[in-house]
Amino acid sequence: MPRPVPEIPNASMADIAFLLLVFFLVTTTVANDKGLSILLPPPPEALPPDMDIKIQERNLFKIQVNSFDNVLVEGEPFTGSPDELTEKIKKFILNYGADPSSSDNPEKAIVSYKTDRGTSHKKFIEILDAIQAAYYQIYAENAGVSVKKWLDLSSDLNDPENRKLYDLGRKKRPDGTIEIPMNLSIAEPTKVGG
Amino acid sequence: MSKFKKKAAVKQDIPTSSMPDVVFMLLFFFMVTTVLRETSINVKQHLPEATMLKKLARKSLVAYMYIGEPKKTDQWGKEPKIQVNDVFIEPKDVIQWVNSEKAKLNEFERDQLTVSMKVDSEVKRGIIADVETELRKANARLLLYSTQQRRVEN
Repeated sequence: MPRPVPEIPNASMADIAFLLLVFFLVTTTVANDKGLSILLPPPPEALPPDMDIKIQERNLFKIQVNSFDNVLVEGEPFTGSPDELTEKIKKFILNYGADPSSSDNPEKAIVSYKTDRGTSHKKFIEILDAIQAAYYQIYAENAGVSVKKWLDLSSDLNDPENRKLYDLGRKKRPDGTIEIPMNLSIAEPTKVGG
Repeated sequence: MSKFKKKAAVKQDIPTSSMPDVVFMLLFFFMVTTVLRETSINVKQHLPEATMLKKLARKSLVAYMYIGEPKKTDQWGKEPKIQVNDVFIEPKDVIQWVNSEKAKLNEFERDQLTVSMKVDSEVKRGIIADVETELRKANARLLLYSTQQRRVEN
């Protein structure tokens, strides 16, 4: 006599699977780990106290933002778009002494960015983005890749191919110095801003 | 009516026997990609937008910090607060926090710790600058301002 085969009802399996699926759909958060990366300067104590570096006025590109989020570029009010600011900075970096009031060369050129304690983070990011865009556009152009590709490759420098393009973009000289370093100085915010 | 009868004779059922398989496939996809959030964020998080975004290379080397106006304003007030893990901290506690984060890493990786700052758009620069000063003292100088990708309008 054949023994009855035990069976598990599987009609509800799809329902159970759907239930689990909906749970994971709802709890999934797409990881957002992207942003603007900077390197902070060394701690104030590590610097020599009487260090007095002479920087020529022409090699300094000054951006100031007050507590009302008004922007001052090279001492003049700036109301244009971030793209216009990017173009201005690119012109300043790649001056190579052509304009006597602009930078000598990219190595000496410094972008100085000063905010107020009352400046909103939104404005801070907007201007920082414009400054970084200027450098990244120059690098990407030198390396012959798109800006997006440049951003991808510069976050993974262990790959020798990426490293090569990275050095090409920043114009690394044989002696190890870099012709176009990102000289971005973010000053400590002022206390009271008007 | 006999005209239509012939057409109706064609079988129109969609085979459903493979549906559980399809659903299971989707289920496994979401199970694998899901990262359950271990901390609940108690500050407002409306991140600013930017274009030049960089990706973080290695997630294990990242420490997260959230700054914004507390969600429960009646309990914590309206001033922006700094949240790490599950607690609010003051700028002076940042060094201690960085050291505890560094202790979780291998010795040779400790100088590669990146701090990801998720700062609400409305927060003023002052408190962020205070945190940055502490981060410099704690020697955690790699910093990432977490932002959203701005849509390029054409």
